[in-house]
Amino acid sequence: MSEATQHPHIDVKEFHPRAHEALHNPQIRQNFRKAMDGLMSKRKAAFEGWDLETLRELGANVRLRALANLPDLLEQLEQKLTENGIKVHWALDGDEACRIVRDICVARDAKTVIKGKSMVSEEMELNHFLEREGIEALESDLGEYIVQLANETPSHIIMPAIHKNTGEISELMHEKTGTDLSHDVEYLTAAARQQLREKFMNADVGVSGVNFAVAETGTLCLVENEGNGRMTTTVPRCHIAVTGIEKVVPNLEDVSALLALLTRSATGQHITTYFNMISGPRKADELDGPEEVHLVLVDNGRSSIYQDDELLDTLRCIRCGACMNHCPVYTRVGGHTYGTTYPGPIGKILMPHLIGLDEGRHLPSASSLCGACGEVCPVKIPIPDLLVRLRRESVDGDKLHPAKVRGHGSKRTPLEAAIWKCWSWMHSRPGLYRTGTRLASRFRKLQPGRAGAWTDFRTAPKLAGKTLHEQLRERGK
Amino acid sequence: MSSRETILQRLRNRTGGELVAPVSDFSVLERPNWSTEERIERFERTIESVHGEVHRCTRENWIDRVAEILSARKARNLLISSQHQIGRELRAVAERDDLPNLLIYDEPIDSWQPALFNDVDAGITSTRGGIAETGSLILWPTPDEPRLMSLVPPIHIAVLEASKLYTTLYEAMHAQNWKTGMPTNALLISGPSKTADIEQTLAYGVHGPKELIVLVIE
Ligand code: SF4
Repeated sequence: MSEATQHPHIDVKEFHPRAHEALHNPQIRQNFRKAMDGLMSKRKAAFEGWDLETLRELGANVRLRALANLPDLLEQLEQKLTENGIKVHWALDGDEACRIVRDICVARDAKTVIKGKSMVSEEMELNHFLEREGIEALESDLGEYIVQLANETPSHIIMPAIHKNTGEISELMHEKTGTDLSHDVEYLTAAARQQLREKFMNADVGVSGVNFAVAETGTLCLVENEGNGRMTTTVPRCHIAVTGIEKVVPNLEDVSALLALLTRSATGQHITTYFNMISGPRKADELDGPEEVHLVLVDNGRSSIYQDDELLDTLRCIRCGACMNHCPVYTRVGGHTYGTTYPGPIGKILMPHLIGLDEGRHLPSASSLCGACGEVCPVKIPIPDLLVRLRRESVDGDKLHPAKVRGHGSKRTPLEAAIWKCWSWMHSRPGLYRTGTRLASRFRKLQPGRAGAWTDFRTAPKLAGKTLHEQLRERGK
Repeated sequence: MSSRETILQRLRNRTGGELVAPVSDFSVLERPNWSTEERIERFERTIESVHGEVHRCTRENWIDRVAEILSARKARNLLISSQHQIGRELRAVAERDDLPNLLIYDEPIDSWQPALFNDVDAGITSTRGGIAETGSLILWPTPDEPRLMSLVPPIHIAVLEASKLYTTLYEAMHAQNWKTGMPTNALLISGPSKTADIEQTLAYGVHGPKELIVLVIE
């Protein structure tokens, strides 16, 4: 994996040029369209016979109940896990989390790490950190493995290699691993199985994510289809799980509600092949399993989101990806255009907190506010409302809504601010308003035909010949 | 201040004030109580829809089924537990020539990992029950039936007692009172290992077993 030392960094600010490029790439558009159409209909079928509204209500309620007691639950989780023999670590940001993982590896003299799918580790950029420290980190989820071979980042949180078709993957595997060129998916999958089995046997440490952490029993739950998550958490002698602090839930029964929503929303499955519940390392009389299990709890901006009642809803997310599957923007521009760890609607409401609203200022406006994301979200996050909130924050809002998000006001321009100031000044003075609108309608011929980017794909609206007041007065006669 | 304290303090001193935890109503997860027959049918249908295989058998004939299944697949060997009744019953008839070579998982993995990964064709385990709605098996690996038995060999045969088939996960975790003590590892297994990561095309056995065969004992 020598090529992977270079970080495939994508600049989030380059959203527009990348969107333009993606829109003109028929292959990318076709790959995403096909995949998203399939996922949408599978999700719909999977919820047939369910009272979906009530179930989503329960999902939202379960997450809210967890968040309401978050600090207590984290302490309870820590205590239970410790009793069970799992060591708990806390990290303020991605860098600290990376250092914790590295220190555990160094203490064990570990040279190779095998990874199960974990979006938090993507957020931490763990692979590149470890490689700089001389520790090889290999992805084992097939999609992540493909993306890593290509030295790219995931383009979807559930299906990382969704942007590639079979031909592209076949060529990539041929070039990087020496497999035959073939469109036979069975063959390609079997080849990857063989390549990765060797790696599982030789890896010193396994790193995984966590879908739910249960406080009452001290249990880490992982949802997956491939079995690489089970391999990662069972075969190497040391397992390190990394997760965001918001993933904790109070009780096991909460998991039954969230799991029912997660897999159906994500891929339209009633359940995934494996639901793996880990509550401790190998006991003295057990014959397999890791000798050492660690959990790294990562904050990385989450405790700031936690402060505000409206933004708090962002933390309900269970990372199902349904919002991107249903997003007309995501489907057209693809996951890489966003240039962020989490793409699509969830990325637009989460990333500004992680990277600042200055870096991520294009994200909240890359939406048509059609509302599809909010309608399908299994935990009822009002994504469109949060987008509007972040848009307001990016131009610094108004006195009634003081801006709070780091990097707020980054889109505010003096000209635009002055125009709105005049607008509100005029609208609060009836005489001036009447004269102003009358003048504007009389001189409408002078109205410019172009209005910046707005008119690139639209015709400019034309002022009417008479003001609304005049028209109504005439009608009244 | 440690990161732990910083994080907890930030969460405790929330600027938005204290949050009120709502009460949850789980009744949407409850199902009418299906009969055993209904549960078996639903289980069978669901697990078959994801490429699993179900054989209904009895306490008397299950070993014949195991023999048939494994000879049809030309399995060279079968990994069994040393203490569990399933392992003991199989060992009692080990000399049957329609059964493959029986291997016992009774040594720590560290001493025989390459052999497990490269040379074992099939493994057989018990289950702690099943879930009809989602077609899932409940496995709690033990020192006698370790975690990798159901993961590494390409064929996994699981024995399920029909009487331990629950309707939903919600029901199963309450009926078996999971919250009073979870094992180091507990699993729901609902089909063979699979992936759709290459252009949404399903392929089985990507990391775990390519085949999951359930023997439902009635
Ligand atoms: S925001 Fe909602 S729909 Fe999107 S990933 Fe999170 S839980 Fe799923």
